[in-house]
Amino acid sequence: MTESTGTADVDGVAAAESGEGVRRRDFINIAAVGAAGVGGVVTLLPLVSQMAPSKDVLAESSTELDVSAIQPGQAVKAVFRKQPVFVRNLTAKEIEEANAVDVGSLRDPQTLAERTKEGHENWLITMGVCTHLGCVPLGAGEGENKGEFGGYFCPCHGSHYDTAARIRKGPAPLNLQVPEYEFTSDTVVKIG
Amino acid sequence: MSFPWANQYEPQNPLMKWVDDRLPLPRFVYNAIGAGYPVPRNLNYFWNFGVLAGFCLVLQIVTGVVLAMHYAPNALVAFDSTEHIMRDVNWGWMLRYAHANGASAFFVVVYLHIFRGFFYGSYKAPREMVWLMGVVIFLLMMATAFMGYVLPWGQMSFWGAKVITGLFGAIPLVGEPLQIWLLGGFAPDNAALNRFFSLHFLLPFVIAGVVILHIWALHIPGSSNPTGVEVKGESDTIPFHPYYTAKDGFGLGVFLFLYCAMLFFLPNALGHPDNYIPANPMSTPAHIVPEWYFWPFYAILRAFTADFFFIPAKLMGVIAMFGSILVWFFLPWLDTSPVRSGHYRPLFRKFFWFGLIPAMAVLFYCGGAPAEEPFVMMSQLATAYYFLHFLVILPIVASVERPEPLPYSITEAVLGSDDNAELAPGRVSNRTKRKTHPWFASSEFSQACFSRWRSSGPSSAASSRLLLTASSRNRLPSMSSTSRPSMSNTASTGPSVSGTMPSCSAASEVYKEVCAACHSLKYVAFRDLQQIGYSEEQVKAIAATFNVPGIDPVTGEATTVPGSPTDYFPSPYPNAVAARAANNNAVPPDLSLMTKARHHGTAYVYSLLTGYQEQPPSW
Repeated sequence: MTESTGTADVDGVAAAESGEGVRRRDFINIAAVGAAGVGGVVTLLPLVSQMAPSKDVLAESSTELDVSAIQPGQAVKAVFRKQPVFVRNLTAKEIEEANAVDVGSLRDPQTLAERTKEGHENWLITMGVCTHLGCVPLGAGEGENKGEFGGYFCPCHGSHYDTAARIRKGPAPLNLQVPEYEFTSDTVVKIG
Repeated sequence: MSFPWANQYEPQNPLMKWVDDRLPLPRFVYNAIGAGYPVPRNLNYFWNFGVLAGFCLVLQIVTGVVLAMHYAPNALVAFDSTEHIMRDVNWGWMLRYAHANGASAFFVVVYLHIFRGFFYGSYKAPREMVWLMGVVIFLLMMATAFMGYVLPWGQMSFWGAKVITGLFGAIPLVGEPLQIWLLGGFAPDNAALNRFFSLHFLLPFVIAGVVILHIWALHIPGSSNPTGVEVKGESDTIPFHPYYTAKDGFGLGVFLFLYCAMLFFLPNALGHPDNYIPANPMSTPAHIVPEWYFWPFYAILRAFTADFFFIPAKLMGVIAMFGSILVWFFLPWLDTSPVRSGHYRPLFRKFFWFGLIPAMAVLFYCGGAPAEEPFVMMSQLATAYYFLHFLVILPIVASVERPEPLPYSITEAVLGSDDNAELAPGRVSNRTKRKTHPWFASSEFSQACFSRWRSSGPSSAASSRLLLTASSRNRLPSMSSTSRPSMSNTASTGPSVSGTMPSCSAASEVYKEVCAACHSLKYVAFRDLQQIGYSEEQVKAIAATFNVPGIDPVTGEATTVPGSPTDYFPSPYPNAVAARAANNNAVPPDLSLMTKARHHGTAYVYSLLTGYQEQPPSW
């Protein structure tokens, strides 16, 4: 500690203290502004977090569906987390078409078997949400345009999906997403 | 405008200079709340409340905009959406409590701000416009707060809306059509709720606009100060930054400490339990009061119980209530004393501390009390004094009072002498009679202490360190010998946190076995049981034991299906009419909010539950 010159002159004291490298006032200043800054940033947490899905949305239940009434070649739209799910009973011809494709040539290479459950290979269950920009593709309803590959066709920007709901043509980057699901019996499927 | 010695804004780098040449916004801020705004050097802590009020406005706008993202202004779901915010939205409970308590905090600081103005004569020339803008802000605040209180659509919301719009019904001839027009119906309903929401969202931004005018008008003459003596020279002022940003920063810290204590520990202390009961147009709460910040004006409204000549009592109360604030608009011209600060006005000071303040305290107390004697009589006397104070006492005091001598300048008030004072022509020194009040000397006092501490720096620091060690050495053994056993006693007898889960699950069993026969629990979902310790599987099992309303997947007819975790506890009755019919005309209340919707909360429920007894066999 430097001996004070004996005057109460602020500059003199400041000079004497600056000899120590850090003045007391610098420390107080940094501590106060730092504490306020941390407090301010922490306050942002609830303000940002409140916009994330609330508890009731996150708890959105699973969807159970009785598929016994769906004939081969037919598809239904179910609702899962406020979005459509396509449940399609594939015909033998459609399965054959899907398996005939060279997987290596696909944009998002996946076999039909990877996209269905063992023992239920005729049940193609995918989200009805185009992987391009989120429109609902056509092809699940009676008489709708199924696209060039007999699966689904998204009318928004012209993405064509095949009978395994894999992207074959158009701007979509990925195959239609397969949600988590399980067959709780031979005829009941539980999605989510 | 600013004083000629104000610091000038000088951009530090080429980018800021470029911006300054094109849009001098940083310069504007620098001159408004930065180092470019010279402020009297003697401001005390009462001058913190303007900044705090500004902070509260921002707080309310931020939390309010966020709440509006989740709230639904529809009479059918408004109450439910408020509960949705409290239960499901991330941090929603905190944001809503922050907004509700923020309103109270806003009024606390604004009332202190206003009374600072009353005492120090801040409304006098040349700051009349500052004062007028301030009264406009206060009126807008009252309207905003009232409409905000309606939004949760609880019992107090509904009846508050009905009573306050009823005030307009008192106006002769146009009253009743005006009230119906305001409500968009014959009683508060969806139309009223929607427009109140719209205006509640709009008005804060109008307030923000008037606040800018308020500050603009203030910066023309510059801030007032505790002596009421105008700034005479450079030695009277210090730059706003860093001096008052630091002082306001400290005040803000203290404010936030108290605000957070309310927010996190007593969030409902200033609210009313009845507002956790959904709005019911068929039944008025037994004791209906507005929010605490309206109590003084509510007391004035209720003070008029008899017709006044040809004016009906109802109209008279409404006129008086609005008049009690409108009189503030005339204050700069009612108080004609040329001396601003109440500090140098002995007679004014007496009427302020022993007249106005007690009258306001009585009005405040009576506004929250039931409308019965002696409160009616007390509010009548206080109301009479209130108007007498502003309309009669202030003008008379101003003309008969002999003020105490003023200091020559702020500098003299602070330091005891001002070098410039001796140069002033015709100046009579009153240094011996001058009083230095600790409030307005505080800033300078601390500065003096600081420089003294610095000049004697190392030695005094060392001695204080010595003192500290000595005292702590003395204290430590006694602490360990006496307080420790008592602390461990509390720990062993106090409630243990980890032990709450079994009691919660027991409670949910009791609800299911007993309460659920009559009472609904409609804001609680089965998934919420996970929060009291049930596992996901247990919740599923519990949910499945309840039958919730659903639709038959084949026929589409209404039926019941086993519950899933996302369902809510089903009501035992299909509707209120059925509940009424089955329970001797009394609807069993929903239990989701029971501990908030009754005075004394958990204690009420506890005493109710333990109050039941088996009937004696001979009965």
